[in-house]
Amino acid sequence: MPIKKDEVRHVAQLARLKLSDKEIDYFAGQLARIIDYIDQLKEVDTSGVEPTDHVLSIQNIFRKDNVKPSLTKEAVLKNAPASEAGLFKVPRIIEEL
Amino acid sequence: MGLNQQTAAGLIKMINAGTAGAGDIVTDTLQRISDVDKKVGAFIDVAGRKALLKKAEGAKGRLAGIPVALKDNLCEVNRPTTCSSRILKGFKPPYAATVVRKLEDEGAILLGKLNMDEFAFGSSCETSCYGPTRNPWDLDRIPGGSSGGSAAAVAADEAIMALGSDTGGSIRQPASLCGVVGLKPTYGRVSRYGLIAFASSLDQIGPVTKSVEDCALLLGVIAGHDEQDSTSIDTPVPDYTEFLNSDIKGLKAGVPKEYFVKGLDSEVEKAVRSAIDVFKKLGVEIVELSLPHTKYALSTYYIIASAEASSNLARFDGVQYGYRAAGAKDIINMYSSTRSKGFGEEAKRRLMLGTYVLSSGYYEAYYLKASKVRTKIKEDFDRTYERCDFIITPTSPTAAFKIGERTGDPLSMYLSDVYTIPANLAGIPAISIPCGFTGKGLPVGLQILAAAFREDIIIKAAHAFEINTDFHKRRPSL
Amino acid sequence: MKYETNIGLEAHLQLSTKSKAFCSCSTEFGNAPNTQACPVCLGLPGSLPVLNREVPASAIKVALALNCTIADRMKFDRKNYYYPDLPKNFQISQYDKPLARNGFLEIQAEKVVKKIRIKRVHLEEDAGKLFHKEGYSLIDYNRAGTPLLEIVTEPDISSPEEAYTYLTFLKSLLRYLDVSDCNMEEGSLRCDANISLKKKEASGLGIKTELKNMNSFKGVRNALDYEVKRQSAILEEGAEIIQETRLWDADKGLTTSMRSKEEAHDYRYFPEPDLTPFVIDKEVSERIKTDIPELPRAREVRFVSQYHIPEYDASVLTQEKKTADFFEKAVEIYNNPKTISNWIMSDISAVLNERGISIDKVRLSAANLAKMARMLDEGAISTKIAKAILIDMIDKGEAPDVLVREKGLSQISDAGELEGMIALVLKENEKTVKDYKSGKKNALTFLVGQVMKASRGKANPKMVNEILKSKLK
Repeated sequence: MPIKKDEVRHVAQLARLKLSDKEIDYFAGQLARIIDYIDQLKEVDTSGVEPTDHVLSIQNIFRKDNVKPSLTKEAVLKNAPASEAGLFKVPRIIEEL
Repeated sequence: MGLNQQTAAGLIKMINAGTAGAGDIVTDTLQRISDVDKKVGAFIDVAGRKALLKKAEGAKGRLAGIPVALKDNLCEVNRPTTCSSRILKGFKPPYAATVVRKLEDEGAILLGKLNMDEFAFGSSCETSCYGPTRNPWDLDRIPGGSSGGSAAAVAADEAIMALGSDTGGSIRQPASLCGVVGLKPTYGRVSRYGLIAFASSLDQIGPVTKSVEDCALLLGVIAGHDEQDSTSIDTPVPDYTEFLNSDIKGLKAGVPKEYFVKGLDSEVEKAVRSAIDVFKKLGVEIVELSLPHTKYALSTYYIIASAEASSNLARFDGVQYGYRAAGAKDIINMYSSTRSKGFGEEAKRRLMLGTYVLSSGYYEAYYLKASKVRTKIKEDFDRTYERCDFIITPTSPTAAFKIGERTGDPLSMYLSDVYTIPANLAGIPAISIPCGFTGKGLPVGLQILAAAFREDIIIKAAHAFEINTDFHKRRPSL
Repeated sequence: MKYETNIGLEAHLQLSTKSKAFCSCSTEFGNAPNTQACPVCLGLPGSLPVLNREVPASAIKVALALNCTIADRMKFDRKNYYYPDLPKNFQISQYDKPLARNGFLEIQAEKVVKKIRIKRVHLEEDAGKLFHKEGYSLIDYNRAGTPLLEIVTEPDISSPEEAYTYLTFLKSLLRYLDVSDCNMEEGSLRCDANISLKKKEASGLGIKTELKNMNSFKGVRNALDYEVKRQSAILEEGAEIIQETRLWDADKGLTTSMRSKEEAHDYRYFPEPDLTPFVIDKEVSERIKTDIPELPRAREVRFVSQYHIPEYDASVLTQEKKTADFFEKAVEIYNNPKTISNWIMSDISAVLNERGISIDKVRLSAANLAKMARMLDEGAISTKIAKAILIDMIDKGEAPDVLVREKGLSQISDAGELEGMIALVLKENEKTVKDYKSGKKNALTFLVGQVMKASRGKANPKMVNEILKSKLK
């Protein structure tokens, strides 16, 4: 299936990747080849086949409702690129597009 | 012979006999790193000598005093852990991976961090932001990937043992290409807590060692149930070293025909066929098998792994840790600038593919379809267990290729994992052990697979092969 | 009005488990920022979620109380979107296999009883909290990973007022179940709405808008009121409603478009690989069912038939479980439901409402209230005395008889003593006596008042009345 440049742009936007027009062209070509290859799955008859989400049949794994110590505030913020007054700091939040 | 050239099992005997001291082992290993790592490029971070010597002094436990190195996707408290990616530049986790804790509890000396393909996306160790690691057998060639640093370090005697992670062959393929032993355990056998995820339903941590004996030893230390990993299985961990030196006469080995097709290098095939003869001589019955959905494994894998990765890697956005692109005036630009500058090309390619196959209108055609084909691939394996105890295949279709040879063609790169991927999709254990050399002197690996939680059979078979051959004893000259 | 309104509500309820949904951090509200966070709820690379056992247990309780069908098997999915309050940039939620479906909540407004259908109930994790500053924002992740239950109705609600009623009934039910604080100010109960209008005769539903950012029940009602007006004005002009998300601005009293492209929302749901599926045993739901107390609607009906109190009283008393429990306990000790109900609904409620607390947070015991009711009925105290001692009963937990004794307030019901006082009052008010005898019947009230004054409120008013009447014949 060919992949349109608009689709590549849309996918890049969903993945939060800023791509130049040149990169869009480049990825469009490569993705097209990969998608062309993975399209071979269409030949497999999977009617009535359950998908495998988990390879081993385990279920109902819980933990007890016990409170354990959290990280210290210092440890939480240690890796922060920017923080202020014990909070993570990010640039202005604007809505999508 | 330097102490760094020994196996862990050998060193433990020497320490117990008083013929080697933990400090000397550390010293020899660090010396080796400083002698050869400029050429090999396996390490991206080496711990300080003083701290290591101090730890070696009082070390207690099953791996007391044994230098072990870690793939760069395993979290160590306050030590750089970056997945060889710019986007995790400067990240020092405030917590330790469960396997790291277990190694420390058993007295292992953690040497530092090993190079890898960025976020384990690759089969050649060329996508690292630190540059490629080189194959100790031929420095112009790749060591395999993504745990290329782990395999190269062990092959070059820069570490006694190493941990890698395997999502589609990332332990076994580099082990094969570097002539060492690499095991991907059963999914759920080793806790993934603290392993920076690539594809959660496929990832497993496993040992990279110089011998099957060391592999059994290290697996015994890292395996086991962990309450912090919902997918880790609560079954007892046997003493895997008990399966060493077993008689394998009467066992049945399956050889699937789909693994001996076009694309398999003739020298690799020859080495694997000879290995099969060795098993015959050891009294193993060889059974011809068919795993009919093998040819769909690569597509299935690339859909599932990329989809999971696109979600797992969404968190790298410059908010809490790691790299943040400077100058963004609003959050949307910060996200996209950070991610565009922070991720390398292969990472972007996988994130794009993974996002695409999950996006509206494509989920059923790709992700859901692949999850169903995954069921078929698993069923292929389930059917074989009635007919054989283990399966023998080549680990990789070719020996190590030249650096840069496949970087322009993602599909040809992906094809080097074609034999290792099915084990991840089926969740079963698989090992790669040295089984020969090409005419150019490059190692060839043999893959042995077994049913889920039958690492015991793998160790029996692999060790029987190892003690009846000499391939594992050869070392590259550097 | 020529349009029919269809409203659906999505309530998000924080479950009050001790620890978060997928890690062991505390869920306590109001602590210093980023002090209740760990690798898991921060989404640090390598961390993995493990489900808190109490989370599905609480959720099943709610779903059963909402008459839902509990799934045999549920799973978690990842909802992928980027927002800085979401540490992993995906939310662990439930997509195609939610915990429960197809329930209903019975509500009543005036005399009309209506069933609002519940479409689905599913589990998810809460996000962190954002603080918007000039040109930048700050993030506190204490709340991230708190278990949330999403309760989605069918578009069965036909007016903003009915939406308000639904929320009141839902809150009352949830508080009975003791699974959440249901505090909208602290964000433990949040609500989004969707609303569409259509001509009465038209089939199907109109084009809907989604409303967000309401932080009180009244806010929900006001936002919906505004939206009804806005949409009908558009439809009047013959124009079309735009399907979009709109934000309620409580200060300005209007909704504004979020101006987001709908196609930008592509959540790319897929099964959460880090959590196992969950099989819900019939036995487990049956056991949880036995933990569910009598629910407010059923209790209300019972109160009317058992205690013969008005429907209004029954609905007020049963809204909060603690109040209803208190009432029943008092009635058990002294069987005068109407007097006890009156005191709870008027004077006691006034104090509690003023302080914004519930009945279990004061020292008043049901036994003491029962005793006070008995003393009133027996004429040992007047209503006035009861009102005078109530505050000490509430704040000090003292018994009414003790208070009456300490304050010297017990009622004078001795006829001889009263006759003496009355004789004095009649002597001092000869003119009023004359007025009364000449037919001014309200002069009696004045005389009763004078006797009460003379007795400093302690005279038994009923007896004073009777004695006065006989003396004035």
